[in-house]
Amino acid sequence: MNYLMRRLATFPLVLLGVSILVFVAIRLVPGDSITAMLGTEAGLLTPAQRESLAAYFGIDQPWFVQYWRWIGGILHGNFGISVTYGRPVLDVILERFPLTLELAVLSMIIALAVGMPAGIYAATHSEKPSDLGVRIVAMVGQSTPSFVLGLLIIYTLSAGFGVLPAMGEFAPLWQDPLRNLSQLILPAITLGFAFAASVTRISRSAMLDVLGDDYVRTARSKGASARSVIWRHALPNALIPVVTLSGIEFGYLLGGAVIVEQIYALPGLGRMVLDAILQRDYALVQGAVLFIAFNFMIVNLLVDLAYVALDPRIRLGEQ
Amino acid sequence: MTPLLSVHDLRVGFGRNPQANEVVRGVSFDLADGETLAIVGESGSGKSVTALSINRLIDFGGGRITGGAMTLKRADGSLVDLMTATEAQLTGIRGAEIGMIFQEPMTSLNPVLTIGSQIEESFRLHRGLTGRQAIAAAKDALDRVRIPDAARRLKYTPNQLSGGMLQRVMIAIALACNPRLLIADEPTTALDVTVQAQIMALLAELKRETGMSVIFITHDIGLVAGIADRVMVMQNGQAVEQGELNQILDRPQHPYTQHLLHAVPHFANGSNARVDGQRDKGAAEEPALEVNGLVVRFPLKSNFFSRATGAVHAVDGVDFDLMPGETLAIVGESGSGKSTTAKAVLGLVRSTRGSFSVGTRKTAAGHSAKPVQMVFQNPYASLNPRLTIESILAEPVIATGGRVNAETLARMASLLERVGLPRNSLERYPHEFSGGQRQRLCIARALMLNPSVVVLDEAVSALDVSVQAKVLELLVDLQREFGLAYLFISHDMAVVERIAHRIAVIYAGQIVEIGDAASVLSKPRHSYTKKLISAVPTIERRREHFELDTRQVPSLVRPRGFEPAPARWETFGGDHLARVEG
Repeated sequence: MNYLMRRLATFPLVLLGVSILVFVAIRLVPGDSITAMLGTEAGLLTPAQRESLAAYFGIDQPWFVQYWRWIGGILHGNFGISVTYGRPVLDVILERFPLTLELAVLSMIIALAVGMPAGIYAATHSEKPSDLGVRIVAMVGQSTPSFVLGLLIIYTLSAGFGVLPAMGEFAPLWQDPLRNLSQLILPAITLGFAFAASVTRISRSAMLDVLGDDYVRTARSKGASARSVIWRHALPNALIPVVTLSGIEFGYLLGGAVIVEQIYALPGLGRMVLDAILQRDYALVQGAVLFIAFNFMIVNLLVDLAYVALDPRIRLGEQ
Repeated sequence: MTPLLSVHDLRVGFGRNPQANEVVRGVSFDLADGETLAIVGESGSGKSVTALSINRLIDFGGGRITGGAMTLKRADGSLVDLMTATEAQLTGIRGAEIGMIFQEPMTSLNPVLTIGSQIEESFRLHRGLTGRQAIAAAKDALDRVRIPDAARRLKYTPNQLSGGMLQRVMIAIALACNPRLLIADEPTTALDVTVQAQIMALLAELKRETGMSVIFITHDIGLVAGIADRVMVMQNGQAVEQGELNQILDRPQHPYTQHLLHAVPHFANGSNARVDGQRDKGAAEEPALEVNGLVVRFPLKSNFFSRATGAVHAVDGVDFDLMPGETLAIVGESGSGKSTTAKAVLGLVRSTRGSFSVGTRKTAAGHSAKPVQMVFQNPYASLNPRLTIESILAEPVIATGGRVNAETLARMASLLERVGLPRNSLERYPHEFSGGQRQRLCIARALMLNPSVVVLDEAVSALDVSVQAKVLELLVDLQREFGLAYLFISHDMAVVERIAHRIAVIYAGQIVEIGDAASVLSKPRHSYTKKLISAVPTIERRREHFELDTRQVPSLVRPRGFEPAPARWETFGGDHLARVEG
């Protein structure tokens, strides 16, 4: 508990660092919101018009004043107004987030449900043809870019079966679960395939390591069956690398999956951030990056807590 | 009467072509009910593979039984052919009829499961016990191996127990279902000598209680004397000699058995101590190394920002001096602070207090700027596998800012020859050498800078006895030749007796007894030294009743600001001192 409090106490520090970085980085990109919004017409603005627009967006102030205002706003729960959407940044992000979260969760479920059994199977049949088969599929899965796989799936479905993936207005899970799932299942498979390939490879090698450990031999010497050796003795010890990998991948997915969102026309976080960068929507980029960083920290914390649950030797917060 | 286990012409191979890579080549023996057979041999002799073949665990270790016959008499009197038994039959036999304990208790228990659940598993598998019954049975099993406070310990995970305790847990698991055969594969090799004595005592007692048969595998002939009825000596996958305990130990027939018995360091209570190179009381020679009031503490903090709440007193006020050409052995158990002392002398850990002075050698000619060098325990891990021997030997020269020139190369060549390695070794890599050769390389590396003091931290512990004997001889020769002073850290009293001039016994971070080797070993004064010496297994003490002692080593964690009481010493003639116990 103590550990959890101390860990949470470091969150603001990290977020402060992230906020400075993103604040500076986005301003290093040439151009500003006014030019990005008006395009070539920005050249027609009189200096007075430009100034008043700048004042309206708050970009006429020196950068530290802007930063101070931004941070001050966040402390009051105000992340600023998105230039492109004309709405509060937090609203825009929270509108997009459920889809991204759901997509990430679905991909991880697919990855673990497919990858772990495949990895365990390969490890227990090591150096046999079936192991080789699993390894080849995993290798292909890891090296296939998601847009190739995504396009392949869409093409196969439409050309081969005449079915199109459910497009159109995104239906949130709690409004129309069936439609929601039919919209997300293909993107989730696309993302989950490469994820599953990584999980397969890492769980195979972790299992192989563990199966050679002394305590597995001890379990066998007790008369434990092959099934009990794998599930009860080996698997819990092989989970740590799988959890580490899954945590990292999941964290990335929470930041949005630009390409897959683009291919399946999904309104996720990834495309939103990309658009915001192109539009110099400073407030939205900053807010989104902070949000993503916060999610990543939460995921990391959960991963560390999972370590403790899995392995009694790991004690958190001790030197 | 049919024997419990009958093994005939057993052959086991490894790899893709097991017939061509046999490591067990035709081993035969019978084991009667209640009998203890010791299988003795050096590493690679095939003794462990033989053991693992009996319950067919070898199938999972990459081995293949290529020929022979093995028959086990089951509890109901029926005979089962272990060669053709199905995996389902075998899982019924393993644990129920054949129990097994292994060398490394630290890694042989599942780290993520409580010891309770690991013991219960045996009862669930073979006795069909569940829930409360299984827990009660597990508690009884722990009581049986004399683990105090068993009910609470059931909830511990392996990392919370010491090596000796874990080996007891292993024994509890192996004996849970009263198997009629226990296979013990080097069960005490990884343990301290006093803990070893306790485990041996426990095994002997349990054997008396249950009347089980035991196959005891070891490289230590001294241990064999304590427990075995019959002995089988193995070399290169074959049983070279087999017979009654006394016959093998007193009238060995095969040259290899004779060689083993000769090579094994016999502990002889100080009568084998070195007589050469004794301290010359008259000469006012400057010590090669002098250590005064060495204290090493590791502060304990609950977190990064808080003040230390206490400290681990790893070394708590150690004084000694070491003359050129002399060996001081520091003996003690794991956790006693002997290795920390060595590391502090080398500057590998920072000492909290205390001073060293390293006397520069008066033999002048090119004495070193780094007069203290070290040889480590594990020759397999202490040589960088990606460097050639030439680069390895050049390393100390380069590290001290020197250049590799013709002179350095000449020194490498002469040192290699001196430690008994072929001259063409320079271009080769560590993996091309055996364990003993590697340790010779480590010795050569330590001598590259012409040091005056060499710290040998368990330097021969990982070697087979015959190799060990040769490396010890080499060390003694080098000492005479170069006038080297050795700080010899060891837990093995028999080895210490062979090489030490003086002995310091260290316990809980403090020296409790120090003095002339012959005097300390023959007339130990401190109770801990006595305990340590009585725990040494020897061929002379046969089938002796080991005493069970469940005392724990005291914790070295002290509260902040704790200072030990100043030592009071009692003198026993010459320079033999023992700490007064209070």
